[in-house]
Amino acid sequence: MKRAIFFIPLAMFTLFVGIASYQLTQPKDDAVPSRMVGKPLPVFELPAGRANGVPVTNADFTDGKPRLLNIWATWCLPCIAEAPQLEALKEAGVPIVGLAIRDTPEDIAQFLETHGDPYTGLAIDQRSMVQLGIGSSGVPETFVIDGKGIIRHQHIGDIRERDIPILLQELEDARR
Amino acid sequence: MTAEIGLAALWMAAALCVMQFITGALALRADTVSEGADIGAITRPAAIVQGLLAMTAFVCLLWLFAITDLSVKLVASNSHSDKPLLYKITGAWGNHEGSMSLWIAVMALSGAAIGALEKRLPEKTIQAVLAAQGAVGAGFYAFIIGSSNPFERLPTPAAQGAGLNPLLQDFGLAFHPPTLYMGYVGLSVAFSFVVGALVTRQVTPDFARAMRPWVLGAWVFLTLGISAGSWWAYYELGWGGWWFWDPVENASLMPWLAATALLHSVTVLAARDALRTWTVMLGVVAFSMSMLGTFIVRSGVLTSVHSFAVDPERGAFILILLAIYIGGALALFAWRAGTISEGKRFALASREAALVFNNIMLCAILGVVLLGTLYPLMAEAMGDRVSVGAPYFNSVSAVFALPMFAIMAVGPILRWRQDSGGRISKAAILLAAIGIVTFVAGWLASDAGILPLLGLAFAAVLGVASVLPLYSRSLRRTPLATWGMVLAHLGIAVSLFGMASESGFSKETLAAVSAGESAAIGPYEVTLLGVEPLAGPNWTALEARLSVSDGSEPVVLRPQSRSYVQPVQTTTESALHNRWDGQLYVVLGQAAGDGRWQLRLWWKPFVTLIWYGSILIALGGAMAAVGHIMTGHRRRRLVVRLKERRAEEAALA
Repeated sequence: MKRAIFFIPLAMFTLFVGIASYQLTQPKDDAVPSRMVGKPLPVFELPAGRANGVPVTNADFTDGKPRLLNIWATWCLPCIAEAPQLEALKEAGVPIVGLAIRDTPEDIAQFLETHGDPYTGLAIDQRSMVQLGIGSSGVPETFVIDGKGIIRHQHIGDIRERDIPILLQELEDARR
Repeated sequence: MTAEIGLAALWMAAALCVMQFITGALALRADTVSEGADIGAITRPAAIVQGLLAMTAFVCLLWLFAITDLSVKLVASNSHSDKPLLYKITGAWGNHEGSMSLWIAVMALSGAAIGALEKRLPEKTIQAVLAAQGAVGAGFYAFIIGSSNPFERLPTPAAQGAGLNPLLQDFGLAFHPPTLYMGYVGLSVAFSFVVGALVTRQVTPDFARAMRPWVLGAWVFLTLGISAGSWWAYYELGWGGWWFWDPVENASLMPWLAATALLHSVTVLAARDALRTWTVMLGVVAFSMSMLGTFIVRSGVLTSVHSFAVDPERGAFILILLAIYIGGALALFAWRAGTISEGKRFALASREAALVFNNIMLCAILGVVLLGTLYPLMAEAMGDRVSVGAPYFNSVSAVFALPMFAIMAVGPILRWRQDSGGRISKAAILLAAIGIVTFVAGWLASDAGILPLLGLAFAAVLGVASVLPLYSRSLRRTPLATWGMVLAHLGIAVSLFGMASESGFSKETLAAVSAGESAAIGPYEVTLLGVEPLAGPNWTALEARLSVSDGSEPVVLRPQSRSYVQPVQTTTESALHNRWDGQLYVVLGQAAGDGRWQLRLWWKPFVTLIWYGSILIALGGAMAAVGHIMTGHRRRRLVVRLKERRAEEAALA
């Protein structure tokens, strides 16, 4: 009986190694889902992202039309990857409002020159205040906002081709 | 050329390491004594040369970083020619490959030191110890040569390096990982001793004495490493806290707790030949915890603020090493522990009993921290996402820490083997009175929580209790090791006082002020003079100028909000101002619009004592280590002289 005690540490350790190796083989899901889905946008007013643009406020989202709110930045590589998909969404007639995180108008102008400009409205979120306010933890992320300014859906990461039907469906749902 | 020399040295060291393992193991298995002696004789020289070669490899790496040789991949991806020389060199170990090289170099040097100097134990045991050391080393060599070669060349040299994480470009942090590594490696030596002693059935006081300096050394480095890390988190992260119970912090705390328990139980084994099995077990646990720590930091299985070091593939490799070494050692323990005969017995009221009690408390705290750290991992396996935070760790570990402090106060004045409560009753009553008075005074004078007040009371008790062992002793004849103990225990009291007073009496405000306006915090009046942009070598910053006054001559503080260029990252540089009774901690926040700036202000009474205390603890540990080494040396000389005299007498007779 006494000798059995000496096996307890080994047993506990084996258990740990089992769990740890299981965890290591699991794909790591680093996405942080926003707790703001289903809640209204926070009150904000952000400076324009284009030289002759207009500021963007939360009131812009309450005219009854659903929109996409795209969180991006010129310094973000996946944002370049998703530019063609945003372009495709624009073709499909979706209004997209862009928030450029920690960015400058010069960089933005150059980026849009190179990769196309899908945005109906564009603003700079210099301190990530709105980004954090809607529960986004990285770039790029895209939110579906309904006509009353309520956040309906969050897409984490760059938009791929297969995500477009999903986003269009979400926008359709947001109409109701 | 330097890179090739380094790589060659690394390969040769690896080969010698394998040889050290094989010869040591063969010597154990040898059929005849002389055959074993023949093969075993190679083990020590192999360890010594391996140490020199591994050190050569690491020096080569340091040199490559010092001259920023951008044809080496590791240098190109982690350094930058614009960086100050100090950070170029410390950058050598501020990355995975380099830190593994450092680990191996220190480990091989320890092996060399054992091979060259350790003469107390039977030769066979030493060979077994070196074989275990070789086995552990071989795994790390396989890791570094196989998957993280630090000397890899680029096909074409890079034009410029990719910098270093700006958060890591900091003096305290440059020396935090290597210090911890020294501690981890010291524990690996203790582990090898334990394995060697188990295999050769030599769990004796001599074994404990041979192992003790390594445990003490490891413990000193861990103490310094943890407090340096905590200091870094305190002023660099700008959150105003000094311990966040983050998985990576816990990963460094757990080996410390195990080492603390081990160092006390090894003392009992050395002095009284008791606690044999327990000491062996702790030796394995302590090293397991340091491997586990490395695994947690490197694998990213747990989310942490330290995620810059993460790589799942390396995590898998470390997990395999962990499984082989710790699994093997625990299996050996399970198989052999029954054969360790029971040590000497002792009475309930004795110093041994106090040490056993506190050992159990330390292990309980270790269990609490381990459970809290790994719980999210287990919960995630069940499909649940949780995080365990300070409320759990603070309150549950306090359940075990407070009784431990109480016993720690009286333990050192108890006698070995057997004592009576009556002999120390006067001291105990005095200490209890100090504790109660402090607690009640704190209770009446403030609205601090129970836990900080208890911490304060125990700090006062321990402060007095720690020097009691010197009472009625001739100070000049008190052994250095005893001074070390007194100092280390006093350090615990000092640190505890700092922690309790910081968590009980801190004040915090968030103020939005424009230039010329001021805010009040604690004894201070803080006035914003202005905010200006500033450019450094690889960063730009907004710097606030604040005039700070506690009624006397005002001082100017300059907290910054820094943006680094490469890679892009924003950090806060807090500004600190010390007074005799505490510290003012200022962080520059964001512009609030309309020309006002957010300022985050903390007044933290006696917070610096946390780190001063840990320096005392480390100093005490170092004194004890030196004391024990000197005593051991003297004792050996005495034994030799005694033998000579006997031989002379025999010759004369």
